[in-house]
Amino acid sequence: MSKFTVSVVTSVLASLAMAGPAAAETPKKGGTLNFAVVAEPPTTDCHATGTFAMVHPVAPQYSTLLKFVGDHANQKIVGDLAESWEVAKDGMTYTFKLRKGVKFHDGSDFTSADIKATYDRIINPPQGIISFRKALHSDIGSIETPDAYTVVFKMKQVNASMELHFASPFNCVYSAAELAKDPDYPAKKVMGTGAFQLVEHVKGSHWTAKRFDQYFLKDRPYLDGFKAFFVKGNAVVPGIRGGQFDAEFRGRTPAERDQLVSAMKDQVTVQEGPWITNILLTFNTSKKPFDDVRVRQALTLAIDRWGGAENLGKVTLIKGVGGVFRPGSPFALPSAELEKIPGFWRDIEKSREEAKRLLKEAGVTNLKVKLLNRTLDQPFTPAGIYAIDQWRRIGVETEHVQVETKLWYDGLGNGNFDVGVQNVSDFVDDPNAQFNTLLSKNVSSIAYSQHTDKKVDDLYEKQTRILDPVERLKVVNELERHTLTQAYNVPLLWYQRIVVNNKKVKGWELPPSHFGGQTLVDVWLDQ
Amino acid sequence: MADIAANDAFTEKIPKRTHPLVQFIRAQPLGFVGFLIVLLYFVLAVGAAWISPYHPEAVDFGAMLSAPSAEHLFGTDQYGRDVFSRLVYGSRTALAVGILSAIFGCTIGALVGATSGYFGGWVDNVIQRIVDIMLSFPIIVLAMVVVAVLGRNMIGGIDANLIVAIALPMVPKMARIARSSTLSIAQMPFIDAARAAGYSHARIVLRHIVPNIVAPYLIMLTAFIAQAILLEASLSFLGLGVTEPTPAWGLMLSGSSADFYQAAPWMILFPGLAITLAVFAFNLLGDSLRDWLDPKMKV
Repeated sequence: MSKFTVSVVTSVLASLAMAGPAAAETPKKGGTLNFAVVAEPPTTDCHATGTFAMVHPVAPQYSTLLKFVGDHANQKIVGDLAESWEVAKDGMTYTFKLRKGVKFHDGSDFTSADIKATYDRIINPPQGIISFRKALHSDIGSIETPDAYTVVFKMKQVNASMELHFASPFNCVYSAAELAKDPDYPAKKVMGTGAFQLVEHVKGSHWTAKRFDQYFLKDRPYLDGFKAFFVKGNAVVPGIRGGQFDAEFRGRTPAERDQLVSAMKDQVTVQEGPWITNILLTFNTSKKPFDDVRVRQALTLAIDRWGGAENLGKVTLIKGVGGVFRPGSPFALPSAELEKIPGFWRDIEKSREEAKRLLKEAGVTNLKVKLLNRTLDQPFTPAGIYAIDQWRRIGVETEHVQVETKLWYDGLGNGNFDVGVQNVSDFVDDPNAQFNTLLSKNVSSIAYSQHTDKKVDDLYEKQTRILDPVERLKVVNELERHTLTQAYNVPLLWYQRIVVNNKKVKGWELPPSHFGGQTLVDVWLDQ
Repeated sequence: MADIAANDAFTEKIPKRTHPLVQFIRAQPLGFVGFLIVLLYFVLAVGAAWISPYHPEAVDFGAMLSAPSAEHLFGTDQYGRDVFSRLVYGSRTALAVGILSAIFGCTIGALVGATSGYFGGWVDNVIQRIVDIMLSFPIIVLAMVVVAVLGRNMIGGIDANLIVAIALPMVPKMARIARSSTLSIAQMPFIDAARAAGYSHARIVLRHIVPNIVAPYLIMLTAFIAQAILLEASLSFLGLGVTEPTPAWGLMLSGSSADFYQAAPWMILFPGLAITLAVFAFNLLGDSLRDWLDPKMKV
């Protein structure tokens, strides 16, 4: 079969497969969902890590105060343990009315004390407890519990992103009574108010859970239980084909999607959408000549993002052209604006001519770049290959240093690179989170570019304190234009999330992040 | 005059001396085939810049996953890179790493083995136990450990530590063979004579023993080049050898290439053939050299 025929057949089958879940169906009760997780959870404590490997097996056992629902194009925040909530006009107080009759898996009642204990643990973790997102909650001044079903968060200062973080999938609500006995209990025992109850966790093998009969939504969950298998990435496609797994929620490559669709035809559903994850090229501004904005701009101008995006998207996970924000997301610069910024021009010939001119003007000839990258194949390796190819076209020679994750982190941290390939990933399109990597070195601990730019830091601080969404967007856009033009860090391309599941898996929508939408409350099996 | 005439007659009877290469071709025709293939790889490696129709790292989205054609002799990969050009440049990586690591491993092994055999006694005992330990590790495992411990050290576009990693498993094998040859050479009168003349041990080993183990050295060298090419390909396949986008045969088989085995089988077919043919050719040449050089094999 010719390449063209294979591609057409695959596209047609993929379209058919994607058309599958559109019609509304009546959910059926029962069955066990088997899904693959391509990494082992490092801990069962939601507050202590930032990996999907924890979220996918652990999230179904917990609830959060608020939560995101909807697919990647229609994300909205709804209450989870909160029945309703109110934000004061000055943004300094958040008042939550909580659900009544909610039970923990041990039979105890859920109250506002559990929310307070949970958020106290995130904001001020006891000795020996890791709080991965402590900084994002540092604007919370105090937490009050006027009654058993009301909780009030008083802010030290306005934080326009705060509401998003109350819906964070990482902010699992723990039992205050259990935390009082052992602040580290979530790392030892999985016990929340979620729709599922842990049955067994065999490290390196699997995780099984059963329906929690006293879950606060009386008609949920639909499933009797689930079983998560911890496997290598290359076991997913054969596992889905062989019927061992019904699903894998992190995402597959285009080639794997095509293999599954080609083999299983309409027995699989394909869901795709832009992912809140990008590949970021970080210039080490503490090294010459990368301290010169002309050199950084030349290297970003050499990259044909518009030409590469669609084609790279056929063979890799990176597909979208965007600035600091996920393409098409609420904070993203409109295309017309983005295309004015160096590196995002549509005319690549003109762009490369300008790149050469800038290098010449900066007095840099025969530029040699040491590109530090991870050994992860998708999409770090193709990202490196593409950047090297694009730079070669303006006469820049690149040494591709691909190392294990630990050495890669060390390299970024100790500045042993010219340009670093990293990814920025979060559960929500949030300026506070997205800009955190792009701030000055004395402001952010993950600012590997080592630059100092007061304008960046001031605009960042300013946008955080603006409650009016329109006014905030103006400042965010200004900040984005400035950071992309200064090119301390430049996004190469944005990820495209592709999830291919057995068609019997229903009720699961593709969120824009692999961290969200994994409580499995609404998932059911059509069998 | 009569004596001169007799001498002339004698001279005429001496058969004409044939060139060693011709002797080798006549005696080992298969070996000569191996030699020609090896020669072809050398030509590809040296002339890569002129032979390759495309830059080996040039991405061309217009030609992604193209089947073999007049434009792309061996097709293209998922980034539209020309597979033929990458194979041609890949022969540089294979031969450079293969030959350098084989020379390095064989030379160290020969010196260690010669020292062990010459001194005998506790020196021999200690060295041979170390050799035993090294031989107890599977080659690939030993190489992987060395790569993991040493990391990368690029010198002139080649990872020096990769060469060390591939050479190291060869050292004990060569040491065993060199020791065995040294044990018999060390009994020879000229070694006794050298000792009696008061030459230093180093001089005896380097000037009198080592030159006499050149034949097994050369035989092992060709065999080790084949092993080294295979080992480099294996390490690159496992992501421990050469890194993208450097063209290397093992690397062309690894990573996401396997994802396209149905849509673009040429992506893995041609690098696989290149490795097989190179290893086959070096093995053929090595076996034939052994048969040709080793007097025992002639008997």
